[in-house]
Amino acid sequence: MVNAGDTAWVLMSSALVLLMTPALAFFYGGMVRRKNVLSVLMQCFIIVCVLSIQWVVIGYSLSFAPSKGFWGGLQWLGLNGVGLEPYADYAGTIPHQAFMVFQMMFAIITPALIIGAFAERMKFSAFLVFTLLWATFVYDPLCHWVWGMGGWLRNIGALDFAGGTVVHINAGIAALVTAIVLGKRSNLDKNVPTPHNMPFVVLGTALLWFGWFGFNAGSALAANGLAVNAFVVTNTAAAAAGLSWALIEWLRNGKPTIFGVCSGAVAGLVAITPAAGFVSVIPAIIIGMLVSVFCFIAVTVIKPLFGYDDSLDAFGVHCVGGIWGALATGLFASRLVNSAGADGLFFGNPKQFLVQLAAVGVTIVYTSVVTLIIYKLVDLFIGVRVDEKSEAMGLDLTQHHERAYTVLE
Amino acid sequence: MKLVIAIIQPYKLEEVKEELYKSEINLITVSEVLGHGRQMGVTEVYRGHKETGNLLRKIRLEIAVNENYVEPAIKAIVKGAKTGEAGDGKIFVLDLNECVRIRTEERGPVAIG
Repeated sequence: MVNAGDTAWVLMSSALVLLMTPALAFFYGGMVRRKNVLSVLMQCFIIVCVLSIQWVVIGYSLSFAPSKGFWGGLQWLGLNGVGLEPYADYAGTIPHQAFMVFQMMFAIITPALIIGAFAERMKFSAFLVFTLLWATFVYDPLCHWVWGMGGWLRNIGALDFAGGTVVHINAGIAALVTAIVLGKRSNLDKNVPTPHNMPFVVLGTALLWFGWFGFNAGSALAANGLAVNAFVVTNTAAAAAGLSWALIEWLRNGKPTIFGVCSGAVAGLVAITPAAGFVSVIPAIIIGMLVSVFCFIAVTVIKPLFGYDDSLDAFGVHCVGGIWGALATGLFASRLVNSAGADGLFFGNPKQFLVQLAAVGVTIVYTSVVTLIIYKLVDLFIGVRVDEKSEAMGLDLTQHHERAYTVLE
Repeated sequence: MKLVIAIIQPYKLEEVKEELYKSEINLITVSEVLGHGRQMGVTEVYRGHKETGNLLRKIRLEIAVNENYVEPAIKAIVKGAKTGEAGDGKIFVLDLNECVRIRTEERGPVAIG
C-alpha cells in the first residue's frame, strides 16, 4: 500500500540529497585556486548528468535487483519492472520508483566525493571515463553487497543506515588511492595552494548539512519515528563535531577557523551517517566530538607524514570519519532505537562490532584494488593527468576554455 | 614633472585623499596591491597547515605632479597615512619624462593639472 506521507517525505528527501552534490561543488570549489574552480563545479555537475542516466539504465539493476551474485541481477535493466507499486523487500509504503530515485542520489554523490582527492590536476576526459567505470565496478557491487536483496554483507548483519560504508568509506578510500597514484600537484612544496573563496566553502557546508537531513532521515524510507531519530542525531553529531574541531584548533593553533568548523561539521555528518537509524542522542554527541579528533589528526599529521596530496581531504574526512562512524555503530547501536537493527558492544553484543569491522575491511580492500585497476586502465588508454603547462595555467582554461572571474568589466 | 608613488595601509586611503584634496591635488590613481615590509605578513592556517609570511593587502597611489606640488603631495600623504607603526608604507618619487592629456593632446606640465 502506497502511503502518501511516506512517499512525500522520500521524494522530498531525494531532492535534498540531490542538492548535496552542487553543495559539495561549492564546498570543494571554494577550496581550490581560482584558476580551477570551474573544473570542480563542472566535475560535480557532469556527475549528476552521467550517473542519473547510468542509474536508470544499468546502475539500479546492478545494485538492487535481487541476486546472490557479485552484482544485483539484470532483471531491472532500464527500470524494467520497476514500477509505481511498492517493492516490499526495500520499502513497503512508497512506489518502487521513489526508492529507486532516492538511491540514485547516493550513487551520484559518492563518486563526486572522490573529486576532492584529484582536484586541480585530472584530465576531464579521463575523469569522465574513470567515474563511469568506478560507479559500475565499485559503487554498484558494494551497494548490492550492503543494501541489495541477497547481498552478502547485508546477510552477515552489517549495519549501515545511510551509507557510511557504501558512500563515505568507499569514496574516501578511492580518494586515497587516486591521490597516491596520481601524484602531488606540481610546485606543492614551494607554493602551498590556499582556498580561493572561503565563503563558498561555508555556503557549501551549510547546503550539505541541510541536504544531509534527506540523506539520513530519508533513509528511514518513511515519515516515521525512525526518520525523526535520524534527523535529530544527524544535527546533534554535526554540531558536536563542528564545535569540537574549533576547540582543537583553538588549543593547538591559537585561533579557531571557519574552515575548521566547516570541516568538523562535515566530518560529524559523515560519522553519524551509518549510525543515524541505530543510535540515540548522547552517543551522537560522542560520535561527533571524537570524529573531529580523528579527522584532524588525519589531515594535519598523517597526510604530511606520508606526503600524499589528497588535495581537499576526501580521504581525511570521508574515509576516516566513515570508518569511525561504522565502528561507532558497532559500539552504540541499540534495539531500543530501532528494533529492526541490532545491539552494539556497549549494549551487550560485541559480535556486532566485529561484523562492522569486517564490512569496513572488505570495503577498504575491494575498493582500493578495483579503483587502482580502473585508474591504471584509464591512464593506459587516455592518460589521467594533465600536462604540466595545463596544470600551471589552470583546468578552467585548459579543460573547459572558460574563466570563473574576469579581471576587467 | 614627478611621479609620486605611495604604498599605504588600505584603511588610511580616505584620510590620505582628504589631505591631498586640501593641498589641491585632485588627480590620483588608486590600485589594490599585495606586499609586506618589515612587519612581515600574518600567519594563515588552513586545516592545520600554517603559512607564514603571507602578503598583506596594501593600496598603491600614483600621482603625477609638477615640481611645486611634490613637497605638498609628500606632506599630505604622510599626514594622512602615518601611524608610527611598522606597515605604514613608503613613498617613491620618480622623474617623469612626458605627460599627455588624451582629450586635448596637450603635453608637458600643462597636461598634468
